[in-house]
Amino acid sequence: MNLAIRDIRFHRGRFILTSIGLGLLLGVVMSMGGIYRGLFADALAVLHCTKADLWVVQKDTNGPFAESSRIPEDIKYRIKSVPGVAEASPLSFQTIQIERAGNPFRFFLIGYDLGGIGGPPAILAGRNIRQKHYEMVVAKAMKMALGEKIRLGLHEYTVVGITGKVVSSSGDPAAYVSLADAQEIQFKKDNDAIRNNRERVAADLDRLENLTQSQAQFLKKNVSDLTESTHTVNTVVARLAPGAGLHEVQQRIERWNHYRAISEEGQTKILTKGMIEKARMQLGLFRVILLVISAVIISLIIYTSTLDKIRVIATLKLIGSQNRVIVGMILQQSLLMGVIAYAVGYALISLTYEKFPRRIVLEAFDLQVLFAIVVVICTVSSFVGIRKALKVEPAEALGG
Amino acid sequence: MYAIEVDNVTKIYGKGDTAVTAISHASFQVRPGELVAILGPSGSGKTTLLTAIGLINEPTHGRIIVDGVTVADGGWVPGLDLKRMRREKLGFIFQAHNLIPFLTALENVMVALEINNFPSGEAKGRAEQLLKSLNLGQRLGSYPMALSGGEAQRVAIARALANKPRVILADEPTAALDTENGKNVMALLKSLAVENHSAILVVTHDHRMVEGFDRIFEVRDGSIIRETCGAG
Ligand SMILES: Nc1ncnc2c1ncn2[C@@H]1O[C@H](COP(=O)(O)OP(=O)(O)OP(=O)(O)O)[C@@H](O)[C@H]1O
Ligand SMILES: [Mg+2]
Repeated sequence: MNLAIRDIRFHRGRFILTSIGLGLLLGVVMSMGGIYRGLFADALAVLHCTKADLWVVQKDTNGPFAESSRIPEDIKYRIKSVPGVAEASPLSFQTIQIERAGNPFRFFLIGYDLGGIGGPPAILAGRNIRQKHYEMVVAKAMKMALGEKIRLGLHEYTVVGITGKVVSSSGDPAAYVSLADAQEIQFKKDNDAIRNNRERVAADLDRLENLTQSQAQFLKKNVSDLTESTHTVNTVVARLAPGAGLHEVQQRIERWNHYRAISEEGQTKILTKGMIEKARMQLGLFRVILLVISAVIISLIIYTSTLDKIRVIATLKLIGSQNRVIVGMILQQSLLMGVIAYAVGYALISLTYEKFPRRIVLEAFDLQVLFAIVVVICTVSSFVGIRKALKVEPAEALGG
Repeated sequence: MYAIEVDNVTKIYGKGDTAVTAISHASFQVRPGELVAILGPSGSGKTTLLTAIGLINEPTHGRIIVDGVTVADGGWVPGLDLKRMRREKLGFIFQAHNLIPFLTALENVMVALEINNFPSGEAKGRAEQLLKSLNLGQRLGSYPMALSGGEAQRVAIARALANKPRVILADEPTAALDTENGKNVMALLKSLAVENHSAILVVTHDHRMVEGFDRIFEVRDGSIIRETCGAG
């Protein structure tokens, strides 16, 4: 006969409620772990689906995600010609926030060379971008329908395809357009603004008295080019030819071309160690706090349920029960509660994690570790109750 | 051989100024199959004496022998497994019947057998039989709170008897019962003493309940002041 189960059967209402309550708490712990993993997954999403070996960015920057980086588009030709590089493509990134149906609509716009590296990973519905202009592929999370139109800058863009879970490092869903479109959206604010800007620069130049006539004329002629140069990108990504040495190619680009070439590993480090470090630590700490709270709550529950059973324990001792009977009862109850609470928490999180606004990644390893921790907490917590129980005198069963 | 031998036992609670002598120099013997009462007013030391024999209250001086085993000789005999002695040789019945609230009547009896290493199936059969013999066949699956005082006390008796102990110790087993039920319980104990050949020591402060007992010890302030032989 199992005393732990009999007691639970008798107090099933209380036991179920307690386990559910604890389960909710463990569900929060699990979601916190999932958010923590999700943060990584989000931060690395663009990096991972680009599948580039090298990220060429502006010298002395940690671009293009952690810092801004601007480089001319046409260095892609020079990168391509570096020995060991098989492919190179420019990419442009920008975060866009517009009004849509009265609400702020935020997303991460990626411009890529059609046919080059860095386009949408997998098309879930519709098709990839085929025309050079005004077509768009959006992530599922943007909740846009195929054929839907959206105005960005001066033009309307039509959604032609839906892709999977691609987000920026801050969790905004991604949309893809051709590089030319992205540059246009980024730089050609509108014609008036361009004209004003051009006139302002020309007027400034006129005021420079120590310029010679020919210098001034030369500058004026180039002003419009300067202010209209839209052939800028944030990065050029490259894939290496088989057998090429990453380090050598990297050094070559840095030495001869005066750009920084960051490996995928380096980029991962920049993203995880730098950008999301604080958030990561915050979540990690929160998770630890929650675990400590769970531990305290489990101990309290076990302890009070032991106090409730002092008379039962004294009676068992009086009739000569071995200590293992009493220890077993408390320990089994504690473990059973932990396991049920874990199951409740797991069910809860499994049913809801897809509905969270940001990505929750449930890793089997994390869940296993949490399970082990719960078992340890329950075991250790029950020691508090067991210690109390072992001190109970059989004579305590006598008092009226 | 006696089932219980109490030889010059003294129990002092506390030390120094606050010390209370609950039993002083008590000596008596109980034979197997004898039903003996300890009668006395409140605070006279009855429970103290019973629990000393029951191996849950260490005597300060004197010797106690249970079923031929010396358990106390100026304190517990070192190295003795008191729990084992309790579960194998003693059965307890108390006023507040001390049934385990989350076990049914049947399970309350089974528990006593299972801690004595009876396999579950055997324990169940034996507990059922015992409860039926005490007229509780209809209440096997009832929880203690659903039992009447008399029924609960009979379940407690069944539990005390489960392991066929040599000695049964009962502290005010009838205090929570009306006179009729109380007399029934006492009559039951009497018949058990005879049938099982167990020594039964019953503590009570109620004179009316000791009819039919073999012997009665009267206790005042920790000392046995009188021993009377009953009708039996
Ligand atoms: N744990 C204890 N510590 C100190 N003194 C105690 C303790 N238990 C009992 N006593 C004292 O010992 C004396 C005898 O107590 P005991 O409980 O044996 O009396 P009793 O005859 O069983 O009384 P009642 O009929 O009220 O149950 C009393 O004076 C009591 O106050
Ligand atoms: Mg008493």
